[in-house]
Amino acid sequence: MRWFWVDRFTEFISGQRATAVKSVSLADEVTDDYSPGRPYYPSSMIVEGMAQAGGLLIDQLSDFSGRVVLAKIQKSEFFFEALPGDLLTFNVELDDILDMGSFVKGTVHRGDELQANIDLMFARLTDERFVNVQLFEPAEFCRMIRLLKLFDVGVNQDGTPISIPEHMLEAEKAWLLT
Amino acid sequence: MPTDTEVFDKVKEALIDALGVDDDEVTAEATMVGDLGAESIDFLDIVFKLEKAFGISIPREELFPDDILTNAEFVNDGKVTDAGLAKLKDRMPFADLTRFEKNPLVQDFGNLLTVKDLCNYVGTKVA
Repeated sequence: MRWFWVDRFTEFISGQRATAVKSVSLADEVTDDYSPGRPYYPSSMIVEGMAQAGGLLIDQLSDFSGRVVLAKIQKSEFFFEALPGDLLTFNVELDDILDMGSFVKGTVHRGDELQANIDLMFARLTDERFVNVQLFEPAEFCRMIRLLKLFDVGVNQDGTPISIPEHMLEAEKAWLLT
Repeated sequence: MPTDTEVFDKVKEALIDALGVDDDEVTAEATMVGDLGAESIDFLDIVFKLEKAFGISIPREELFPDDILTNAEFVNDGKVTDAGLAKLKDRMPFADLTRFEKNPLVQDFGNLLTVKDLCNYVGTKVA
């Protein structure tokens, strides 16, 4: 099972904002098993989806090599449960980037209905404390980002497409040759 | 320039929001770690909220002098040396180091900052 908690990006503007969607399905193990007999998609997974969308929004600014990790849930408010068949839309905006960490503000909607407000704080694993710690294998990470369609919809603020970072392409080539 | 009361009120609001503490827990004398339960990651959140609330920039080393506390030049046998204390006082004039000076164990430094210290610090930035 892969750790994907949004299905794909539908908008991604570098350094600004992103939109991603998630189809809640009864086939999702977490939806079916979390509360047997009364299936719903757990709020914790919605936070995780926002963390993935927001984390990639931040990490793209350093060509996906920033080692960005979720550090704190600043706010999470849920107004109703997400049910099988719901299509959730995650909107996430970059709020601020400090040298010590980054901040995003997000909303989740089902159609026009606000389902959640989620603000998150991310930290970077610094070289001083996390020497040689790699969160993802680069070729695999690139494949995950491709699957999420980030490179299909991602643009820079001037409207030009986001390029796949050279280090990821090289990792993919190396992986294909093994 | 905001008054001391205005600074305190905004700092208080930031701490309530970041730490989930009650209004009456945030007194001037309360220590950030011991009394309010701040963990290291919370300080990042607090810095963010203070920067937003006051429109200031807070360099990490001004509030968290890790570079001094991990420097062998200023620490001996787990204690901050006189030279280190002088450096800390110079770096953090807003903090009351009187109690810490009596037994300057590095491990106790984290529980030094009080709400009042934080207000004093912000006061120097908005002056």
